[in-house]
Amino acid sequence: MSDYLLSIVIWLPIAGGVVLLAMGDDNDSVSARANAMRWAALGISVLTFVLSIGLYTGFDTTTANMQFVERAPWIDAIDVWYYLGVDGLSAPLILLTTFITPLVVIAGWDVIKARPAQYFAAFLILEGLMNGVFSALDGLLFYVFWEAMLVPMFLIIGVWGGKRRVYATLKFFLYTFLGSVLMLVAFIYLYRMTGSFDMAGWVEVPLSLAAQKLIFIAFLLAFAIKVPMWPVHTWLPDAHVEAPTGGSVILAAILLKMGGYGFVRFSLPMVPDGSHYFAGMMIALSLIAVVYIGFVALVQKDMKKLIAYSSIAHMGFVTLGFFIVWHMSGESGAVLGVSGGMVQMVSHGLISGAMFLCVGVLYDRVHSRQISDYGGVANTMPVFAAFMVLFAMANAGLPGTSGFVGEFMVIIASFKANPWFAFFAATTLVLGAAYTLWMIKRVVYGEVANDNVAALQDLNSREFVVLGILAIAVLLVGLWPAPLIDMMNVTIEHLVEQAGQTKF
Amino acid sequence: MYSYYLTIVLAPLFAAIVAGLFGHKIGRTGAHLITIGAVGLSCLLSFLVLYRMYWGGAEPENIGVYTWAVTDGLHMEVGFLVDRLTVLMMAVVTFVSLMVHVYTIGYMHDDPGYQRFFSYISLFTFSMLMLVMSNNFLQLFFGWEAVGLVSYLLIGFWFKRETAIFANLKAFLVNRVGDFGFILGIAAIVTFTGSLDYATVFGQAGDVAAQSIEVFPGSPWNAMTLICILLFIGAMGKSAQAPLHVWLPDSMEGPTPISALIHAATMVTAGIFMVARMSPLFELSTMALAVVIVIGAITAFFMGLLGIVQNDIKRVVAYSTLSQLGYMTVALGASAYGAAIFHLMTHAFFKALLFLAAGSVIIAMHHEQDIRKMGGIRKYMPITYWTSLVGSLALIGFPGTAGFFSKDLLIEAVKESHWHGQGAVYWIAYLSVLLGVFVTALYSFRMFFLVFHGEERMDKATKSHLHEPPWVVTVPLIMLAIPSLAIGWFTVEPVLFGGFFGDAIVVDQGRDVLANMGEHWHGPAALLMHAWQTPVFWLAMAGLATAVYLYLLRPDLPAKIKAKVEGLYNLLDRKYYFDDLYIKGFAAWGRNIGRTLWQRGDEFLIDGVLVNGTANSVGKLAVVMRQLQSGYLYTYAFAMIIGLTMFLGWLIWFR
Repeated sequence: MSDYLLSIVIWLPIAGGVVLLAMGDDNDSVSARANAMRWAALGISVLTFVLSIGLYTGFDTTTANMQFVERAPWIDAIDVWYYLGVDGLSAPLILLTTFITPLVVIAGWDVIKARPAQYFAAFLILEGLMNGVFSALDGLLFYVFWEAMLVPMFLIIGVWGGKRRVYATLKFFLYTFLGSVLMLVAFIYLYRMTGSFDMAGWVEVPLSLAAQKLIFIAFLLAFAIKVPMWPVHTWLPDAHVEAPTGGSVILAAILLKMGGYGFVRFSLPMVPDGSHYFAGMMIALSLIAVVYIGFVALVQKDMKKLIAYSSIAHMGFVTLGFFIVWHMSGESGAVLGVSGGMVQMVSHGLISGAMFLCVGVLYDRVHSRQISDYGGVANTMPVFAAFMVLFAMANAGLPGTSGFVGEFMVIIASFKANPWFAFFAATTLVLGAAYTLWMIKRVVYGEVANDNVAALQDLNSREFVVLGILAIAVLLVGLWPAPLIDMMNVTIEHLVEQAGQTKF
Repeated sequence: MYSYYLTIVLAPLFAAIVAGLFGHKIGRTGAHLITIGAVGLSCLLSFLVLYRMYWGGAEPENIGVYTWAVTDGLHMEVGFLVDRLTVLMMAVVTFVSLMVHVYTIGYMHDDPGYQRFFSYISLFTFSMLMLVMSNNFLQLFFGWEAVGLVSYLLIGFWFKRETAIFANLKAFLVNRVGDFGFILGIAAIVTFTGSLDYATVFGQAGDVAAQSIEVFPGSPWNAMTLICILLFIGAMGKSAQAPLHVWLPDSMEGPTPISALIHAATMVTAGIFMVARMSPLFELSTMALAVVIVIGAITAFFMGLLGIVQNDIKRVVAYSTLSQLGYMTVALGASAYGAAIFHLMTHAFFKALLFLAAGSVIIAMHHEQDIRKMGGIRKYMPITYWTSLVGSLALIGFPGTAGFFSKDLLIEAVKESHWHGQGAVYWIAYLSVLLGVFVTALYSFRMFFLVFHGEERMDKATKSHLHEPPWVVTVPLIMLAIPSLAIGWFTVEPVLFGGFFGDAIVVDQGRDVLANMGEHWHGPAALLMHAWQTPVFWLAMAGLATAVYLYLLRPDLPAKIKAKVEGLYNLLDRKYYFDDLYIKGFAAWGRNIGRTLWQRGDEFLIDGVLVNGTANSVGKLAVVMRQLQSGYLYTYAFAMIIGLTMFLGWLIWFR
């Protein structure tokens, strides 16, 4: 079975989603039928997660080669293959995806009143497509998954979103689609150069510096928008604000990781000289994300917007970790930076997901995301307050939580590159704590602010389970990140080697 | 003794988890029993380890517990380094913590958050032990931040109070400014040594000191100076040294037991401990030591002055803590690490005592903290009175008390530290600690007399309820009064002159002031006999006499003096305007930047002009283009003819 494991984690949720769609909704959100749909969605997503654990247990941490490889011809005429495989970069992200999806299903359980079957189907299909993106080794296959992913997300925001959902979802779609079109052009160029869509071949093929620069820019637009990097980030706060809670969680936890993944899968190994050429600019943009966005997050009045901006700042660490590779004077440091960036991606997936779920818990009760509509929540929801403070601390990068691991590694590595990089990166210690804990102060602490807060009910068991599982994950990665880092080490060493070689 | 160490650390963690998660199941009694049991066990084992290490001759141990992560050749481990320095800290931390745990039973008796409180203070004990027992910088940083977290939770323990949740946010953020420097210091260490492990880093210290780094183009810095100053910025945050001291007085918003434990005896001394632990590094940079000594001197003197004008009983003690931390820092800067740690130890006892006594008064006064509304409490609360007296005498360094030995010798060490030359640095440091003695005596006994002596200024209802609190409150007071009074006598010789710390503290031969002083050391009795010959004694007596005159004999005078020097009074009352600068300056400035970047940058420029601007332009272009797509055949034919003509024209003229 492990021969087809990747196909299973891709197609099982997609097939499940299609079946759910085919069964469809009746007009009653509490009917037996709607409930059956919920349980089916949960069953499929949990099963997918359980199966995906095989990717961890069966993973060989001593090789940088692709594992769990599947290869079959797809479109012979242009040499396109159905070609899957994972290494230390993609396997953790697939596990993150399969881990988060069941939680999203539980989180949306009785909150989603309109068309639950379609809602859950959208998430299942999205899960499969995301797993596809992380495991595709054929360029065209990757592109198909990459673009297909936009459709369910477009619908999730557009159908189940808030008041300005149409503006937000169009902005999201056009923004990200615009980026990926140029990526397709680059893919076609690489196809012309190598005669195939095999991504391993694209890594090998020699390219002139000029070509590498152009390809880098084409990739950059696609990936930078997804991450998102400053200044192409403005779609994210809008999308988050309008998305339903589950949509925000998936968006922050996994969709943003596509951008980071793109850099390490495509830009760094395929166009190392182009990446090297633009590394200074990338570092500058990353640091702008940390500092500039940190300040912007400080003054947000909407909780979701605040967390969205904090996501952008945290993703700045990811790109910073990736692009300091060429600034290392000695032999070490580069791997530390890239590992830090990768750990930061996984950790941010857990923490931002949890933060959006926390906001969702409040939103479901009060129907407001405005900080000023809350105050003293800890009085009426003590258990919830404990969770929210924990995740806020993780968001502020407290040691012992996953939020610290990646930031610590990236700050150390960037000091090696240039102390000033570390200086600006480390401002997150103050800024991150300031915007996160100031929000906590205004929302969680204080006297009961109004009747809405006074009437709040503490977490129900469904919400408790979701936040509890995430809390355990956040602490586990924070207290013992070794299993995660061991999984990535060899692959990243190999990647750093590739990035350091000249291709022209 | 590995299993001992694990138990010492994990018992409080376990108790914290149980009391925190299952507090409602085990009830109030269950919560305090399990946490006191756990901390008591830690305390017992810590003293056992201390005994074995000092009297049993056990060697220092450096043990790994588990590997946190390994990547890029950088080993990130969790482990224990237990040597004489560590074990002293372990004993102090667990002992004071145990006393505070017991005291809490009485102090928090009616509080609905009883279990939560016990859970937090046990978690604090765990965090602090992780910090002092660490054998590497990663775990040090973990403990460092974890104590900060618990401090945040405890200052904001009464989270309904606006002042409390303002204070805890402030404390966390100011500490984070320090941590900003600290983490950069750790990053610098990894950059130069490739390791986080103390032993490895210390082993390479000499090589690092020989390197330089260009921080600004054209101005190379010694690598060790940079590392030490960055680390010390962390210490300034945690140990509340000026200008990062502003959080400590506000932290008094938390319940009194934690003011004693965290904001006086242990957590705030983490910075002092850290610098002593890093003595192999600091000794290699006189520049860094000069920074340390000057910052400490400024804190010691100027923060003491603020204590004179405070009217909140806890804030007086808080400013006194700031000032005493400054003393310890000065000692560090004078390379008298032993003297700093010795003062840390005695201070832990008498300052915890003073806070707990203040708490005892606060309970009796029904949570009134203004000393102007107290007075004459002596006869209602004899135990609190006498223990407070012991604490105050120890604080001003009255001959014979623990504080006498630690402070007198600390000042002596600063005086003897000739290595800074007789320049400005030396005189700033020496005069600050010397004059600080007068200030300390003045503010300590001002408070003491206003609280316990003189006219009874409280209202009738309060007065009728004034009585000594239950034994859980008074026993810890007595238990802390004993070492405050006596511990100096027994420990001064071994700790300062007997090579107690062994290899744990490294001092450059040329400036080992304590070793030089040891040559003239004739035992504690001799020191006591000669106490009256030192300026320290007379300054303390002068401060005490001033307090007697102003607050016992002529209580009308302070108001008149205050009116005379209004400008100076305002300066002190506003705490040198630091809070105004930070809150109205930096914090407001940060929000303004954020607002500008958000509204001008994100919303106007990026979104308005670029993103939606593009969309609008496309829309406008489409309006124009639509005119062309008229659908009439003649329009297209006309366009074709024009195009053809232009193309032909281009061919003819330009080719």
